[in-house]
Amino acid sequence: MNHDEIRKIAHMARIQITDDEIEKYEDIGDILELAKEIADIDTANIEPMSHPLLNMSQRLRKDEVTEPDQRKQLQAISPSETEAGLYLVPGVFEE
Amino acid sequence: MHTKTIAELSKLLKSKKISSIELTKTFIERIKSFNGSLNAFITITEAQALEEAKKADQLIAEGKHSVLTGIPIAHKDLFCTNGIKTSCGSKMLDNFIPPYDATVVIKLKNAGTIMLGKTNMDEFAMGSSNEHSYYGTVKNPWDVEAIPGGSSGGSAVSIAARMAPAATGTDTGGSIRQPAALSGITGIRPSYGRISRFGIVAFASSLDQCGIFTQTAEDAAMMLNAMCGFDPKDSTSVEKEVPDFTKTLNDSIKGLRIGLPKEFFNNKLDSEISDKIMEGAKVLEKMGATLHEISLPNSKLGIPIYYIIAPAEASANLARYDGIRFGHRCDDPKNLIDLYERSRAEGFGDEVKHRILIGTHVLSAGYYDAYYIKAQKIRRLIKNDYDEAYKKVDVILSPTSPTTAFKIGSKMKNRVNMYLSDIFTVPTNLAGITGISIPCGFVNDLPVGLQLTGNYFEEAKILNVAHQYQLQTDWHKQIPKKYK
Amino acid sequence: MEWEAVIGLEVHAQLKTKSKIFSGASTEYGAAPNTQACAIDLAFPGMLPVLNEEAVNMAIKFGIAANAKVCKHSVFARKNYFYPDLPKGYQISQHIYPIVQNGFLDIPVEGDMTKRIGITRAHLEEDSGKSLHEDFHGMTGLDLNRAGITLLEIVSEPDIRTPQEASTYVKILRSLVRYLEICDGNMQEGSMRVDVNVSVRPKGETKFGTRAEIKNLNSFKFIEKAILYEAERQISIITNGGKIIQETRLYDPAKNETRSMRAKEESNDYRYFPEPDLLPLELTDDMIEAIRNNMPELPHQKRDRFINEYKLSQYEADLLVTNRDLGNYFEAALKQCNAEPKLVANWILGDLSAVLNKTETDISDCPIEPERFAQLICRINDKTISGNIAKTIFETLWHEDITVDEIIEQKGLKQVTDSSAIEEMIKQVIIDNPKEYERYKNGETKLFGFFVGQAMKASKGKANPQQLNEILKKLLA
Repeated sequence: MNHDEIRKIAHMARIQITDDEIEKYEDIGDILELAKEIADIDTANIEPMSHPLLNMSQRLRKDEVTEPDQRKQLQAISPSETEAGLYLVPGVFEE
Repeated sequence: MHTKTIAELSKLLKSKKISSIELTKTFIERIKSFNGSLNAFITITEAQALEEAKKADQLIAEGKHSVLTGIPIAHKDLFCTNGIKTSCGSKMLDNFIPPYDATVVIKLKNAGTIMLGKTNMDEFAMGSSNEHSYYGTVKNPWDVEAIPGGSSGGSAVSIAARMAPAATGTDTGGSIRQPAALSGITGIRPSYGRISRFGIVAFASSLDQCGIFTQTAEDAAMMLNAMCGFDPKDSTSVEKEVPDFTKTLNDSIKGLRIGLPKEFFNNKLDSEISDKIMEGAKVLEKMGATLHEISLPNSKLGIPIYYIIAPAEASANLARYDGIRFGHRCDDPKNLIDLYERSRAEGFGDEVKHRILIGTHVLSAGYYDAYYIKAQKIRRLIKNDYDEAYKKVDVILSPTSPTTAFKIGSKMKNRVNMYLSDIFTVPTNLAGITGISIPCGFVNDLPVGLQLTGNYFEEAKILNVAHQYQLQTDWHKQIPKKYK
Repeated sequence: MEWEAVIGLEVHAQLKTKSKIFSGASTEYGAAPNTQACAIDLAFPGMLPVLNEEAVNMAIKFGIAANAKVCKHSVFARKNYFYPDLPKGYQISQHIYPIVQNGFLDIPVEGDMTKRIGITRAHLEEDSGKSLHEDFHGMTGLDLNRAGITLLEIVSEPDIRTPQEASTYVKILRSLVRYLEICDGNMQEGSMRVDVNVSVRPKGETKFGTRAEIKNLNSFKFIEKAILYEAERQISIITNGGKIIQETRLYDPAKNETRSMRAKEESNDYRYFPEPDLLPLELTDDMIEAIRNNMPELPHQKRDRFINEYKLSQYEADLLVTNRDLGNYFEAALKQCNAEPKLVANWILGDLSAVLNKTETDISDCPIEPERFAQLICRINDKTISGNIAKTIFETLWHEDITVDEIIEQKGLKQVTDSSAIEEMIKQVIIDNPKEYERYKNGETKLFGFFVGQAMKASKGKANPQQLNEILKKLLA
C-alpha cells in the first residue's frame, strides 16, 4: 500500500499518521493481499450474510420515554469542557 | 480452595464449610501475589469484592442464596461495570468509568457472584496474543515467556493460575477458545444472540459474543445458566428459552456422531498437536461416539473474510472515540480535525489503528463490492458448509489452535502470521454457532486445546460432550507448578 | 435557447414519536441542552439501538397516504462520517432497502390543473444533534438532545420544473404530514427541513444536467427564491462556456444568493453498510392493513368532500383544507347551525381570517369558540340580525366572553323586519328631508343612496336592508 493511499484512508478514519510512522502501515497491503484469495470464488446467486440471525426480524419497542435526564452523570466523565450544559469543541465550520 | 471447581465451591459455601469472605480473600491474595508477574488484571476491586462477599455470606446464612451466591469471578475489561474503570485494554478508555453495568454484569451480580476485578486484554478485543494491551503483555503461567492467547488473555490466565474460579470473556474470532487452549483451561463461546451484548464494548457487532472461562465444562454450564437469556436492550438478542445446561451434562454420548473436518487435519497441521486431538477423539469414541470425516470446503477462506468483515465493522464501531463525550482527548487541539486526529492517534494502539484503516478501506467506494460484499457472500458459503455438516454429524471436533503458546514477540513482526492463529476458530464466529475449547494434553509442556463446535443454540450438547470427556481425563485439572 | 430547471426535493420530516427512534429518551421540544440525551444517544461504549414501533407506524402511514409501496422488507444501514453533532461517527439510516418506495403526490398548478410529482422513496433515520456557534469564545457548543430524534427522509423524483411547483409541493407535503399527525411541519423550528437539488438543461433535452444541492431552506419564500437564483446562476455559467460543479450550497436570504459551503466534506464517501446491531425490519400484511384501516381523512379527500358536500369553490375548499385547524373550526361551527356552508365559509374566510391575521392569532387560539361563532351565523341565517349588525356583534364576541343572544338583548340589536314599522320610519325620513326629496323627484336618482343611509341611521342599523330598500323604492316612486 503506498503512502498516499495510506494517508487518504487515515484521513477518512480521522487518525493522524506522521511521516515517520507511515512505514509501519505498509503491511496493510499484505492483509489485503490475503483477502484477494476471495476474488475468484464463485458466489453467483449467493446473498451476502450480514449477521447470523437469519429468519429473525427486528423487534419493535413501545414508544415511551424511559430515560430520565442524566446530564450530570454523563457529563461528569467528559474530557471536554462543558458550558451551560453544552459540550464545547474547537469551532466548527459554517453549517 | 483455589483449585476447587465452582460446583465444589458452591456446595462448600452452601454447607457453610467455607465462607465467601474466606474464598474471596484467598483469590484476592493470589491475584496480588501473581499479578506483578502475570499481568492478568488491570483493576482489582478488593474493597467492593469483600463487601459483596459479606452480603453473600449473609444471604447464605439466611438460606436465601442460589447456586452461584458467593462465587468470586473476574470480568474482562471489555464489560462495562458501573463505577469501575473499564479500559478495554486501551489508553483511549484509560479514564473511562461507566455510569452503567453491562446486562451480563447485572445478571451475574444478581446470581450472587462477586467481582474480583477487571482482566487485561488485547486492546478493544483485537488480537490473538494479549500483546496489544496498553497495560502490557499478559504472561502465560505455563511459560512466562510465552503469550496466553488473546484477546481475552487476562481472563484465561486468571483461571489458569487459579486466581479466580470463573472469568468472563468475549469471542469475536476465537478470543475465548484460543486463549483457553493456549492456557490449558475450558472456554466456551455460545451461539450469537444467546448472551446480551448490551454494555459490552463493541468490536465487530455481527461476530462478538460473550462467553466464560472456567476449569470445567460443568462450571461453564452453571455460569451460562446465569449469563444467557433474552435482553430487550439488545436487538440481536434471541428470544429463545434457555435450558438448564447442567441437566444434560450426564447424558450418554453413545451414538453421538462426531465430525472431523478434513480441511482442519491436513498436512499443514503440526503432527504433535494433531496427535493430541486424535487421542481426544478416541476417548470420545471409546465412550460410544462415532467419528466421521466431514468437509468444510470454504473454511479456509475464514481468515481472509474475517479480516475484512471484522475490521469493517470495527472501523465504524470505533468512530465514536473522538475525545468529546468520554475517553482520551488530546491536549490543546488546534481545530476540530486536530481534535479527532490526535485524540484517536494517541488513544489507539498500533493494532487497533491498523484494523480501523483496513476496515475503512474495504468499505470505501470502489472496494466495497470486491471486499466487503464478497466477504459477506462467502460468509454464507461457510455457514452453508456447517448446515450441510450438521445434517451428517452432531458435533464437530477439531484443534482449537494451530500452535501451542508461542513466545512473546515471536509473531509481532508479521501480522498475517499472527492472524492465522485464528484459523480454526474464526469459521464458528462467521456462522454464529457455538464452540468450546477444552484441554486435551501437552506438547513440549505447553497445553493443547480440543475444540467442539455445535450447531446454533446447541450449547447443552457440546457442554455434555465436554463434560463426559472431562470425566474420563484429567487434563483440565492440571495447574502450572508455581500456581498449584 | 430556452432552458428548463429540473428540481428534486429532499424533505426531512421529524416524526412526532414521544421517544427517540432508537432510544427511550424524550423528544419534547425546548428542553435544556443535553437533558434529553441518554447514553445510547451519546454513543457511549456498549450502547445498542432498539427500534421504536411508532416510528414504523408513522412511516407506514406516510407510505399509504403518498400512494406508495410500503416495503415489507427494509434494512437499516450505517452512513459513516465524522462530525461532532453525530456522536457515533455514523448515522443509522436506510440505504438500499427503504421502508417506502414509488409514491406520488398530486399538486395544484396554474389553470386549475394538477401535476403529479413522484416520490422516489421515504426512509427512516435518526437526526443529529445541534451545534451552537455563538458566545463560546471561539468554541462551538454541542446540544445532543436532537440526536436520535426520528426522521423520515422523503425524496421526490426530479419532476418539478418551477420554483412555484417546488413550494406548492412542500405545502402539500406539509399539509399531508400534519393531517396524518406524524409531523408538525414547522419549518422555522426545524421539524421539517427542505433541501433542493437544482440542475438546468435546454428545453427538450432528456439528459440531466449536473445538479447542485441547496440545503436547509426554511420557508416557502426562500425555497422559491433560492431555486430561481440557482437556476439563473447555472444557466449563466453554461452559456458562458463553464461547467456546473456538483456541490452543496447554502442560500443567503439577505443577499438573495446561493454560495458554496466551505469546509463540510465536499465528496463524502459514506461507506454505507448494513447496520449489524439491528435486524431487517419485516412488516406483515396485517400490520399494514391495520394502519390503512385507521387512516385519518386525507387533505385531498377532505377537499373533494368540501366541494361536493358543502358546495364550496375549489379556492374556498383549498383554504379550509390547507389549514387543518381552520377546516376543523369550520365543520365544528357548521354542526351547530343550519346555515348554508357557504355562509359559514364566507364569514370564516372573510371577517374571521381578517382579524386573525391582523392580530397574528392562530385559529387554535381564537377567542371566539366555534359554538359562539355558530350562534352568530344562526342569528344572521334566521334574520334576527342583519349582516351589518352581525359585524359589530362579531367585534364584541372577540373581546368579551358573552353569548350572541346576550349581546342582541343588551344592545337591542334585533333586526327590524316589521314592514309597517319600516314604512313609518321611512315616511318620517322623507318628511325630515324635503329638499332632498324634491331633488330626487326632479331626477337626481342617485340621492336614493342618501335616503338608504338616513333610513338606516334612523333605524340604528337594525332595519332589514332588503326590506328597507323595497319599501323605500315604493315610497319614493
